[in-house]
Amino acid sequence: MQVNNGYQPKIVAFCCNWCSYAGADLAGNNRLAYPENVKIIKVPCSCRVNPMFILRAFQRGADGVILCGCHPGDCHYTSGNYYTRRRMALLFSMLNFLGIEKERTRVEWVSAAEGAKFAATMNEFCETVAALGENKRLEDLRCKR
Amino acid sequence: MQRIGVFVCWCGSNIAGTVDVEAVSEALKSEPGVVFSTNYQYMCSQAGQDIIKNAIAEHKLTGIVVCSCSPRMHEATFRKTAAAAGLNPYMVEIANIREQCSWIHKDMATGTEKAIILGKAAVAKVNLNAPLTPGESPVTKRALVIGGGIAGIQTALDIADAGFPVDIVETKPTIGGKMAQLDKTFPTLDCAACILTPKMVDVAQHENIRIFSYSEVVEVGGFVGNFDVKIKKKARYVKEDVCTGCGICTEKCPMKKAPNEFNMGMDNRPAVYIPFAQAVPKVATIDPNYCNMLKNGKCGLCAKVCTAGAIDYTQKDEIIEEKYGAIVAATGFNPISMDKFDEYAYNQSKDVITSLEFERLTNAAGPTAGKLLRPSDGEHPHTIVFVQCVGSRCAACAEKGKEYCSKICCMYTAKHAMLTRDKYPDTDVYVFYIDVRTPGKSFDEFYRRAVEEYGVHYIKGMVGKVSPEGNKLMVQASDLLANKQLHIEADLVVLAAAIEPDKSARPLATMLTASMDTNDFFTEAHPKLRPVESPTAGVFLSGTCQGPKDIPETVSQASAAAAKVIGLLAKDKLTGNPCVAHSDELMCNGCSSCERVCPYGAITYVDKEFRMPDRTTAIRRVASVNTAVCQGCGACTVACPSGAMDLNGFKNAQIMAEVDAICK
Repeated sequence: MQVNNGYQPKIVAFCCNWCSYAGADLAGNNRLAYPENVKIIKVPCSCRVNPMFILRAFQRGADGVILCGCHPGDCHYTSGNYYTRRRMALLFSMLNFLGIEKERTRVEWVSAAEGAKFAATMNEFCETVAALGENKRLEDLRCKR
Repeated sequence: MQRIGVFVCWCGSNIAGTVDVEAVSEALKSEPGVVFSTNYQYMCSQAGQDIIKNAIAEHKLTGIVVCSCSPRMHEATFRKTAAAAGLNPYMVEIANIREQCSWIHKDMATGTEKAIILGKAAVAKVNLNAPLTPGESPVTKRALVIGGGIAGIQTALDIADAGFPVDIVETKPTIGGKMAQLDKTFPTLDCAACILTPKMVDVAQHENIRIFSYSEVVEVGGFVGNFDVKIKKKARYVKEDVCTGCGICTEKCPMKKAPNEFNMGMDNRPAVYIPFAQAVPKVATIDPNYCNMLKNGKCGLCAKVCTAGAIDYTQKDEIIEEKYGAIVAATGFNPISMDKFDEYAYNQSKDVITSLEFERLTNAAGPTAGKLLRPSDGEHPHTIVFVQCVGSRCAACAEKGKEYCSKICCMYTAKHAMLTRDKYPDTDVYVFYIDVRTPGKSFDEFYRRAVEEYGVHYIKGMVGKVSPEGNKLMVQASDLLANKQLHIEADLVVLAAAIEPDKSARPLATMLTASMDTNDFFTEAHPKLRPVESPTAGVFLSGTCQGPKDIPETVSQASAAAAKVIGLLAKDKLTGNPCVAHSDELMCNGCSSCERVCPYGAITYVDKEFRMPDRTTAIRRVASVNTAVCQGCGACTVACPSGAMDLNGFKNAQIMAEVDAICK
């Protein structure tokens, strides 16, 4: 996805190995397109995602970060996604306070059967982030050198 | 510095159609650590794997990146390839350029650009990979089954038949559980004792099974394959190995006023008792709350009449320590207390009974020798009202009932109604229900027989109030379909009480570090795909401790749990997942944050001696991860405030490197 003046949003998606990564695979299997701006990092569980990773992504110039995990109650590790839900609620509100609009961050539950939901979520998230424009709040320009 | 080889797969035209594979392998050549980069039509084919193997030897590769399909597809394949060439399999990473790239993008330039970035991220990760070796732990080839109802019996028999020793721990003096109390079983109406007691005898005679009756588990330590369990064998004041079960002591005991638990307290038993004729083990037990000898030293009659000399008033509780490889929870259920349901007058009238009491009342070995008589006056009841869902599906009255459906009540009420009409055609039988739920083989046919052949009056609606008037019970109810109020003069009211997990389940779950739901049912490892395992490795679930079930379902689950246990015990060693948490002891400050979030109880604390910078030694409390129990979710790594906890294979640095590569 390219917005006018050549700006391409960079989006990091953390996907849990058991549900969401498989959901992303299913989107691929069904050839459901979503923007190339989304790059997926596999983690064992959404609860593996340290707030540091998200801060790092914004520091390095990411425009949006999305976490995908199993639906509540379906976590492979029983309670991992509950931790994610609580931790991210806290982190995202803090980021919002710092000027990283809450639309740039998201937690979404995608099961292994929801390829269509994965693609739709990524399309929609990408559009939302693109509409917000570049993330400059947390970007560390020293990293660009 | 790693020496990384990059292998870009075409996947025929699946990848090569939208990704310029040549450009990708060329672009990744200049990434740090990469010493070799190539592409091939089918990397997963024998020829493709040979390319990888040869490159490992030729270029002395220490890391591999395969840009191909999803790791869910071929990660295992390429790890095996690496292992065959002498490289640690965990030095292989996959960049998913098919499902996440070529299949979803149409444009060659876009696809190629994204594939390069995904490849770079994988290279960045491999640069930080370290060889991993799965941990191994031995397996104690003995299983523990907690609970001796039909679930525990079936699980124990199946495990024992496979050749592994099993111990059953049962809190009551006999095994058999709730099923032993039942009269007939739906939908075939065979008598419960006729199908259960032979199984109980099988258990008693099986060379691989030991029964610890009148015992309970008091402590569980260790982990999968290596549990250390302490079992308290309560004093029964009868030598189990000497008692012949002749029953003469129970006849002669002068103290005959103890409520008989087996008959739901509807009659009395002596202080020294055998719960029922087919009890296993058939050994007497002295109830210390009622025995005059134990209470005030006056009596001793049973010791005098016992020809075997089995009575021992000085017996003490005994603690048995044993090691187990697997533990099965089969703690079962109980009907909920009716104390809070004043509207049904359960505590006011003896003629308002629960279904389990009704079961005893119709059982040939029950308090009335199988004759259906009113508990209050011993008269034959002519009008019987059954009330379904007493405390079940009770979202609005959660403080006294349960929100869930107890599942078995519709069927046993149909059974009770049918049997009553069959034996006593002169009785009028009413059943009040919210819905009749009969999913199960031959279940709906059974219910329809009750209505159509036996003329049971099924009325949709709930009973509002039961009030005792003289020797009658006035039942006020609503008929929702006819939209009218009903007043029925009943002789007997039977309440289908909701079932709840046994009270021992929660303390047991705490000991096992097994998780429970809000209703105290054990939680399964996965609600659909791992229904007989607890999330805690080595702990398995059998029967109603996991959720309401009828007998066929319980037996299926019991055998399934046994199969899982056999699969575990058949192994000599357990090979773990090497991607487990690891704590840096120098950074750990022993705060317990990680322990609290671990769903598996894999983290414990140890006091360790450390050499301090000033050359003194200090003892510090640090976290220690049991790699056999850790499942590698990584919850602890985020909870750790000092950054000491990290996850092998998904280290903080590795994920950060991927983030950096993607955001560059």
